[in-house]
Amino acid sequence: MKELDIEALTDNLTEVMDFVDVQLEDAGCPMKVQMQIDLAVEEIFVNIAHYAYNPETGPATVRVEVKPDGSAVTITFIDHGIPYDPLAKEDPNLNLPLEQREIGGLGIFLVKKNMDDVSYEYVNGSNILTMKKNLRGEMT
Amino acid sequence: MEYNVITSGSKMVIELEGRLDTTTSPKLDAFIRNSLEGINELCIAMEKLEYISSAGLRVLLAAQKIMANQGRMVITGCREEITEIFEITGFSDILTIE
Repeated sequence: MKELDIEALTDNLTEVMDFVDVQLEDAGCPMKVQMQIDLAVEEIFVNIAHYAYNPETGPATVRVEVKPDGSAVTITFIDHGIPYDPLAKEDPNLNLPLEQREIGGLGIFLVKKNMDDVSYEYVNGSNILTMKKNLRGEMT
Repeated sequence: MEYNVITSGSKMVIELEGRLDTTTSPKLDAFIRNSLEGINELCIAMEKLEYISSAGLRVLLAAQKIMANQGRMVITGCREEITEIFEITGFSDILTIE
């Protein structure tokens, strides 16, 4: 298990991605699965950077746990900002015509679609978002 | 992310390379919004694009909305992973992917 404590700023996104990707590469994660995980990591970290401490800034923790046999990863994001459950957001309507399509909610929708399990809890002043992904390309 | 632009008359090709994410999308978005005057055919070539997040999708949606009023936009050369993102998000229905 490895942890990265970092200020929740979009400028730090590259560092967060590198932190996660190094561990996925060590686990032999296929490229396609890595991209799906990257997408989810980006959306969640950027969400925290934009909203958790707005208009101030604050810390976030990113924890990556790869199963010893390399079959799955659990990534946890912790911040101490305002309570906010991103999963409560309604999924976007994907059938609207071009003129009516909006991008809001698409990020979280991609997180839900690309990860095998995503959960949120608010505990002792912390937002804790946990997501899991099977690294062998099969759904759990 | 890098992008390479080839314009000939009213046709523009933008070749994307690398990662189109929260960090890199604003630059491409600004370029597209400022450069499409007089363009009636826009091609976004993705052979070298490795990754796209919702921030990148937002740029494509904005470009598609502009081009819908003045011509057409096509996406070419998507890798399988990126095609899949377009399908999951319903973008494959609103973009022209060749």
